[in-house]
Amino acid sequence: MSDPILRLEGVCTNIAQYHILQGVELEVPRGQVTMLLGRNGVGKTTTLRTVIGHWRAHKGRVMFDGEDITAKPTPAIARSGVGFVPEDMGIFSDLTVEENMVLAAASGPIDSARLDWVFSAFPPLKTFWSSEAGNLSGGQKQMLSIARAMIEERKLYLIDEPTKGLAPAIVSTMARALKELKAQGASILLVEQNFAVARALGDTANVMDDGRVIWSGAMAKLAGDAELQERLMGLSLEAH
Amino acid sequence: MLQSLLSGDMPRSRILAVILVAILVCLALAPFLFPGVRTVDTAARICVFILLVASYDLLLGYGGIVSFAHTMFFGIGAYGVALALTHMGRGFGPIFVGAGAGAVMAAALALLIGLFSLRVRAIFFAMITLAVASAVAVLVSQMSGLTGGEDGLTFKLPRALGPAFKFGKEALGGELFGVTLNGKLLAYYFVFAGALVLFLMLLRVVNSPFGRVLLAIRENDFRAEAIGYRVVYYRVAATCLSAAVAALAGSLYAVWLRYVGPETTLSMELMIDILLMVVIGGMGTMYGAVIGATLFVLAQNYLQTLMGAASGLVEGVPVLPQLLSADRWLLWLGVLFILSVYFFPTGVVGRLRGGK
Amino acid sequence: MTAAPKHAPKMAELSLAQRLGPWMPVLLVPALVVLGALAIPETSSWLTLTVSGLAMGMMIFIMASGLTLVFGLMDVINFGHGAFVSVGAFVGVTVLLMLGQMTGAPSLGLNLVALMLAVLGAMAATGAMGWAFEKVIVMPVYGHHLKQILVTMGGLIVVEQLIIVLWGPEEIYIARPESLKGAITFAGAALEKYRLVAVVVGLVVFAAMRFVLRRTRIGLIVRAGVQNGEMVQALGYRLRRVFVGVFIAGSALAGLGGVMWGLYQEVITAHMGNQAMILIFIVVIIGGLGSVEGCFIGALLVGLLQNYVAFLEPKAALISNIALMVAILMWRPMGMIPVVKAK
Repeated sequence: MSDPILRLEGVCTNIAQYHILQGVELEVPRGQVTMLLGRNGVGKTTTLRTVIGHWRAHKGRVMFDGEDITAKPTPAIARSGVGFVPEDMGIFSDLTVEENMVLAAASGPIDSARLDWVFSAFPPLKTFWSSEAGNLSGGQKQMLSIARAMIEERKLYLIDEPTKGLAPAIVSTMARALKELKAQGASILLVEQNFAVARALGDTANVMDDGRVIWSGAMAKLAGDAELQERLMGLSLEAH
Repeated sequence: MLQSLLSGDMPRSRILAVILVAILVCLALAPFLFPGVRTVDTAARICVFILLVASYDLLLGYGGIVSFAHTMFFGIGAYGVALALTHMGRGFGPIFVGAGAGAVMAAALALLIGLFSLRVRAIFFAMITLAVASAVAVLVSQMSGLTGGEDGLTFKLPRALGPAFKFGKEALGGELFGVTLNGKLLAYYFVFAGALVLFLMLLRVVNSPFGRVLLAIRENDFRAEAIGYRVVYYRVAATCLSAAVAALAGSLYAVWLRYVGPETTLSMELMIDILLMVVIGGMGTMYGAVIGATLFVLAQNYLQTLMGAASGLVEGVPVLPQLLSADRWLLWLGVLFILSVYFFPTGVVGRLRGGK
Repeated sequence: MTAAPKHAPKMAELSLAQRLGPWMPVLLVPALVVLGALAIPETSSWLTLTVSGLAMGMMIFIMASGLTLVFGLMDVINFGHGAFVSVGAFVGVTVLLMLGQMTGAPSLGLNLVALMLAVLGAMAATGAMGWAFEKVIVMPVYGHHLKQILVTMGGLIVVEQLIIVLWGPEEIYIARPESLKGAITFAGAALEKYRLVAVVVGLVVFAAMRFVLRRTRIGLIVRAGVQNGEMVQALGYRLRRVFVGVFIAGSALAGLGGVMWGLYQEVITAHMGNQAMILIFIVVIIGGLGSVEGCFIGALLVGLLQNYVAFLEPKAALISNIALMVAILMWRPMGMIPVVKAK
């Protein structure tokens, strides 16, 4: 087995005086979708933000593609091949959809074949190409946010709750797009509360609680074991 | 007794306590310890500025709000007394009416500005106060019919506070420890007592639950709001109180000088002086105001002489004499100010208390 | 899973008021001009006042634009911005005085060359100063408004005093270049040439800024950074460098504004920047902190109003600006064109 694209070794992150992450151990294998699961407030978002460098690990190491990126500035981490879809989507609402996408293609002009692929996954983006992103609906904003990450090939995609608060129809659009991304052989670290989506996409799963990863294994194993889910997350996801 | 007088806010440092007691004794006995027109004048100015700076510290140090309108409030109080004494005749009544009206007006104006700007963002306050204060300063110099314009107003105090008024002739022979007992002496103690009482009142305010909420807001306004405190309400209240006390300090200053003018009460330079005194003394400690104002007024009086001498020493060297000229002391204060904000944010008092 | 209804993309419906909302501030400028025409009986005086109001507005805009962008991008409030105005004026005027022969000659070409050199000198000086100011004064206090206000105010004092050390405490009088003196007559109104030039320069600066912000990648980064700096960095852009660039550009523009303001008043003092700051703050607040368009509109409103009121009731001129600020903040507490922050 090749080395993982991302590995967190004993990562601790503080926000103000609060110890949010308390020694996270996590591996994201290449070419797979790795799920990060757990109840609200256990540190999933903080883990992603620590990887991209918005928050700094004060202990432990973040290894990306064989390189220690723990102390690297955010722009350098992004440029080394990490695409980030934050929980709040991070849309530039005064900019048009086009301008959002142009900015996202940081290394140069947008590749038209790739843009066609993004349009096929998210048709509304083509319709509203010249509209202000602030006027999009919630689902369309989420599409734009993921499209910004997809518009260039990244070594790793960090995606935080892409289906949060979306209508079922849009959730399935989202899931289809992520599946296509996966089919291209992308490595994805995905935080997801929707268990149907998680089961459909995930190869491996990591469950967090109280600032630590408390269980890792095959997604299929977790999906098939209601009792395990109950024990790890305090609720049976099968019921959802 | 002392505990309750100081509202439980002890100096918490032996050196600080010694310095504070020394300042208190010197100010209380200034006319007797340092008889001389200039030294007593310096002492009176120290009293007024301690109060003015303490009221500013309530805003800056406790409220975390920067205001550039503090001289405006100071000026309102001064002009209040001046106008009352000019139009109502000499007497103690007009002094209290003028001071009271000034304080109320300052608080009302502060309420207006505060409601407008603090509701949105605290930094709006700094900008809006700067704009409003400059407008008022221009207005005062334009409305010369009422305010005397650039020349200001000279007015007469009640007879009892004037140098011509002598007392204690029978009992003490008109003298005490070689100092003539006259109205000027009474005027000094009027200023001293007023400043002391108001200062102790401010000390009580900052050590009350109200003061502690202000500190909590300064540390983290989001959390304070989340706990359930109306942040805007507390900030506006602090602004009004601080403005009213500043106005009263202005009234005391007017009583002492028997004159008001835009330069002495409203100028931007004075505002910068206040900022320097607060930062150097130590933000967020009322005692910082005492130390800051004392140091600053003494420096203002004596450092300029020193700089003049230094400038004379380096004559012939290019630029250096201009840099050291007594008129350029604001340059060095500016540098000192920046350095203190960076390296010395808790000021002299913070250092003495073992600097956090 | 049940069959979901087909997703039909649709823009969120906007009411007429919502659609008109963003344009309301823009309409205020012509509205004020019309109001001025109604209040001032003679058309010729009205025209003269409108041109001088626009000229003044343009100069305030040039001085203020950097301040608003710097705030929008990094949440840094620079109370020392006025120092760049003063330094720009002193450097520019010094260059003009050195080129006395060129400015004194009755040749438009020579005059303009002299003016260009003065402006370039001023902008180079204030740009360099902006770079140093950012490094020494501003950078150590990122994210701390209270300290920012105190430290930048301290910086302003130091710079003002250094100007006095270098140029002396006296004010310096300066004559405009020969061919920019006097006025032209149009429709019975005397229009000062210099004010017309100021209007043109202001329009050019505004157009250039809009072009950069709308049509270039660096402009996109700045606009995106004003809304959500964190995300801009997560897309791989070094926002810190962009910010330093904006700070330098804003300082250079303040320098340009300083030269123009100095020539407008024909006298310069070390405190002129500090005095200009009052108008600059009013403009930046009513425009909406961080918005270049709002700053532009706000500057024109302040310029026009001040000139109209000064004509009608001289003593109320300065108060009129405060009244304008109060009125606009009552209407929109965050300014005319509030910048939506993502955080």
